[in-house]
Amino acid sequence: MSASLSIMVFDENRIRASIIEEGLREAGHDRVVVLHDIAGLARQIEQIQPDVIVIDIETPNRDMLEHLFQLSRSVRKPIAMFVDSSDSSSIEAAVDAGVSAYVVDGLKKERVKPILDMAVSRFKAFSRLQQELAEAKTALEERKIIERAKGILMKSRKISEEEAYSLLRQTAMNEKKKLSDIAQSVVMAAAMLGS
Amino acid sequence: MSFIGTNNGQSMGGGLAAPSAMRSEGVRVVRAGFIPLVDASVLIAAAEFGFAAREGIQLELVKDVSWANIRDRLAFRQFDVAHMLAPMPVASALNLGSNPSPVITPFTLGRGGNAITLSVNLYRRMQALADLTGDEGALANAEALKLVIDDIKVRGEPLPVLGTTYPFSSHNYELRYWLAAGGIHPDRDVKLVVVPPPMTSDALSAGAIDGFCVGAPWNMVAVAREVGRIVAVKEDIWPSSPEKVIGVRPEWADSNPETLARLIVALDRAAAWCDVPDNRRELAQVLSEPRYIDTSEDILHRVLLGRFTTDPDGHERTVPDYFSFHRNAANFPWVSQAQWIFSQMIRWGQVAHSPERQGKVATAFRPDLYRNALGPRSDIPVEDMRVEGGHRADGFIDGAIFDPQNIPEYLKGFQVHNLETRVAGDDEV
Repeated sequence: MSASLSIMVFDENRIRASIIEEGLREAGHDRVVVLHDIAGLARQIEQIQPDVIVIDIETPNRDMLEHLFQLSRSVRKPIAMFVDSSDSSSIEAAVDAGVSAYVVDGLKKERVKPILDMAVSRFKAFSRLQQELAEAKTALEERKIIERAKGILMKSRKISEEEAYSLLRQTAMNEKKKLSDIAQSVVMAAAMLGS
Repeated sequence: MSFIGTNNGQSMGGGLAAPSAMRSEGVRVVRAGFIPLVDASVLIAAAEFGFAAREGIQLELVKDVSWANIRDRLAFRQFDVAHMLAPMPVASALNLGSNPSPVITPFTLGRGGNAITLSVNLYRRMQALADLTGDEGALANAEALKLVIDDIKVRGEPLPVLGTTYPFSSHNYELRYWLAAGGIHPDRDVKLVVVPPPMTSDALSAGAIDGFCVGAPWNMVAVAREVGRIVAVKEDIWPSSPEKVIGVRPEWADSNPETLARLIVALDRAAAWCDVPDNRRELAQVLSEPRYIDTSEDILHRVLLGRFTTDPDGHERTVPDYFSFHRNAANFPWVSQAQWIFSQMIRWGQVAHSPERQGKVATAFRPDLYRNALGPRSDIPVEDMRVEGGHRADGFIDGAIFDPQNIPEYLKGFQVHNLETRVAGDDEV
């Protein structure tokens, strides 16, 4: 492999950025710079002269990069392009995953593709992670609300915990609703009735 | 002008009712990307007030954060159509920018909405040097800024930094046009940068920029936060200037002609509804929701009515046509306006003129699709091109007149330009 590529990762989400950085280093790229803040991005690009810029497309600052590339075009510096426009499947996969990469013109597609592929898979892994986290959080919230509903039922109807739980479950089955939805209704009703 | 055929005849303010009947056969889903701005009103109203549903379209709006994303997500079929800057289809026809891909527009989402805001400090300096009272017009303000810039150069201070939104934006060309009308060279006398519109107030108060040209409501927001002073609005620069358009992939338009026609009808009805002043309170309410613009309903309502507070001292200004969503053929995609955008791209060195390129630009705006969808109607122009700026109501700030048949001659009339800058890879086309 010829001289290693200089890669810049711009992502305001620090966790995601470090996941990408780690992946790039594991893949043998040692010239990786990670930026989280748009301030000074232009100066950094000028100083570091990266071969590839990987950017998260959730950032509104993507339009600033477009502007920078338009500027450098008019002063005859290398033209920055979105990967190689002939390789639309790569771009499509990237856009799907929520990442973009800009490469300096003249860099061979074969050298950029593995980087982009890696970024895409890391982005996907990150969103899976986030989804799992969100699901875990929801599950926890649901358990809490069920506990509260049970407590309310036990107190107001003077029944045992098991009886309160089966009452909730039976109602959920009869109403064809989720147990947590029924529990939510109980808690809300109790709050409205001031009990 | 009431052409919405509601069954119950129930009418709301201004005689235009939100539709009640619905086209029942074959509901089609259309996914539309948009950026949270007031000029997305027609698209949002079409989805929110039943205009799309009535045409059998389930309009799914997807909020995005950058124009580059809008362009790419439209290209890669994550969107069927998108809220776009009018210069974007022109840039794509010319193969400009990163990742250009084919986009056409059959419908302009209206005129107006932009303004130029300077920091209060910069404006105070203009007042001191040019004796401004605060009620001057846009041209006088540009000339005052020129005096300040001359002074800045003499003192060796850093040049003002001004923000726009995207290299191929109406904001970029309008800000440049205004500066140049005042004798200021946008690439030599100031520094132009890109700032995402929702961040403009913060950037201004932090001193990262000294001014900006963006769409509503961000200019008014900067004034409300007492960091900005509005010095020009879009109408001052060129009232007919198209702002946002509906961008469509030509391949999608070809394979979904019926859906596109229905969408155009829905947008036309929604645009007429948005134009009624009495409907704008309701519109502001919806726009203010977090899933749309997520900002003060009161500011949005005042912006929609063109009632400005231009500076923190409380100067007021009313621009009745600050937003034209429908009247005066505001939705008609004039090919001559695509050519005007092309002329500004040439003027500022983004591309060189050639008859071939001019031919490509003509295919970016599609008045034929607009007419096909809406049928013959007295308010729809019969020509695709016209001389722009020829009428008083349509005048450019510098009095120039644009004849699309003769772009090179038109460009010779400008003192301030970048025509000598030849763009890399210019001979490709």
